[in-house]
Amino acid sequence: MALATATTTPLISTDAPGRMSRARRAAGQAAIVIAALAVVVLLAWPGIIAHVAPTATGNDILAAPGAAHWFGTDQLGRDVFSRTIYGARPVLVASLLGVVLATVAGVGIGLAAGTAPRWLNSVIMRVVDVLLAIPVLMIALILIATAGSGVRSIVIAVGVAFTPGFARVVEASVRKLRSAEYVQAAKLFGSSPARTSVRHLLPNLLTEVVVLGTSAIGWAVLTATTLSFLGLGVQLPQPDWGTDLAAGATNLATSWWLSVFPGLAITLTILAANFIGDYLLAAADPSGRLRRAHDVRAMLTGRRRPRGTLAAGVPAARVPAEDTPAAGLRADDAPAGDAS
Amino acid sequence: MAFVLRRLAAAIPVLIGVTIIAFVLIHLVPGNPAKVILFGSQATPQQIAALTAQLGLDHPLWQQYASFIGQLLHGNLGTSYATQTSVAHELLSRTPSTLILTGAALVVAIVVGVPLGVVAGARPGSLVDRAARGVSFLGVAVPYFFLALVLVLVFSVRLRWFPAIDNGTAGSLVLPAVSLGWGYAAILTRLVRGRIIEEYQSEYVKSARARGCAEWRILLRHALRNSSIPAITTIGLQFGNILTGAAVTEVIFGRAGLGSYLATAITSKNIPVVQGAVVLIGIGYVVINLAVDLIVGAVDPRARIA
Repeated sequence: MALATATTTPLISTDAPGRMSRARRAAGQAAIVIAALAVVVLLAWPGIIAHVAPTATGNDILAAPGAAHWFGTDQLGRDVFSRTIYGARPVLVASLLGVVLATVAGVGIGLAAGTAPRWLNSVIMRVVDVLLAIPVLMIALILIATAGSGVRSIVIAVGVAFTPGFARVVEASVRKLRSAEYVQAAKLFGSSPARTSVRHLLPNLLTEVVVLGTSAIGWAVLTATTLSFLGLGVQLPQPDWGTDLAAGATNLATSWWLSVFPGLAITLTILAANFIGDYLLAAADPSGRLRRAHDVRAMLTGRRRPRGTLAAGVPAARVPAEDTPAAGLRADDAPAGDAS
Repeated sequence: MAFVLRRLAAAIPVLIGVTIIAFVLIHLVPGNPAKVILFGSQATPQQIAALTAQLGLDHPLWQQYASFIGQLLHGNLGTSYATQTSVAHELLSRTPSTLILTGAALVVAIVVGVPLGVVAGARPGSLVDRAARGVSFLGVAVPYFFLALVLVLVFSVRLRWFPAIDNGTAGSLVLPAVSLGWGYAAILTRLVRGRIIEEYQSEYVKSARARGCAEWRILLRHALRNSSIPAITTIGLQFGNILTGAAVTEVIFGRAGLGSYLATAITSKNIPVVQGAVVLIGIGYVVINLAVDLIVGAVDPRARIA
């Protein structure tokens, strides 16, 4: 078995981020193109896929999926296929806008904290830590309790709930970037802190921010649909995956298609978002350093490493190397392992 | 000992922060809370003013916060707008059911996730590994509320193995626990698999192998043991998410826990209940993570110095 393990070792590195296979790259790029097209069509023109209005009632009540109604019909004779297509809009709007909001706010707070004097930095980051201690869904629920239900509230809820995670990641990167030579040089030449942030720090954070944002979309979709599943989003008869899934649950025993198709749509969306997120992470970060430093998805779900346990699980020899540029180049860093 | 004190000290600002957020809540809601309570009862301005005074809403903010904390330290979380009953009592009577579900989901996550991660990590690239990666990729993507419905459809509607609605038996805990625990099993699988692969490249595994140590012993005594620390940390940090997930799962399975109570409170803007839940979940999160830190510190001396 020892021999077997030794010979299988090279197999790991095929999925190590540094050596992405051609097939994986092609699949990743194809997924991005298809997902982008799907998002545009679903947001702008769902009518070219579904020809029936999602709220149009019919005489075929609770019909099983068939040729006339691909996904069947509900108790009012509405076409489930059409509702599933049109139901994408509130979910995509809520999760994508929510992530954009969180990204902008998180980058703003992270930049501000990262370039602020030490005392201000620790004040801001303590507040961020407190917010990270509250589960994302709880923050979202609190906001909806005060702002009322609806898609706009969900956008705000997702945005605010995800901001602390972004802020923490960005702040850590800014602190690291601040000691870079070109940033030091800009400072020496009299560049103001604001100018340094916009001209030097921001462009260098861009890749990381885009990757982080993409990785967060899957969780944002989950959060947004959970909220609408709880009846806090779009109200019937308007179509929405979470709302329809919950509404169909009452007829689960007799008409499974009411819940299953919206549920599959949510699953497929999260699957695609995670796949693209993983691909971008691997493509943008060949050394796996970003992944190691931030454990991206962990940050966004509140799976924060408390300061005291930062070293936990990191083999002792690697702890001091964590902040040095060479950290990502160490041979034993390559198999990050969760590229699946 | 200094380590324990330091961890305790670090927990305090988080607790204070949670109480501030919970306190600020009441003032974020548009309108006077007194009006919200008396809503629908055609209250006169005098009645509203009387209730405002009774709730202490006419005092300065810091005084209100001080009295909020004072009440909190006495275990008093205020009274529900809807039923005029003690929030602390209502919440605490529903907590055990939610904690049982959270614990059961954790058991599912650990029992499924850790062995799967170990097997996959021990033979990366093998058939088992690919299957495990597929399962964990799906596990993260399927929303637990959807999984819950699919499980009900298969195991209670078709096969009739488990009840769909809670009836107090252990059998009715199976479906909620599996649907909630599955996603965390997927997270654990990914984590443990990655760690085991990494541990296999470490010097001490190489030296153990060179000493002629049995392969299963290397896996269990060296690789798994060192992988367990990040796994424990992850579970602690995910605890808050599992707890809120449990609240949602309860609504689906008709379990009388915090979830359904909280859901009604949110839709009816019953702020004291939401406040109480925030404080309770915040305390739960801090306590669990404190415990995790202390466990990790006890197991791994390296964590104590960081």
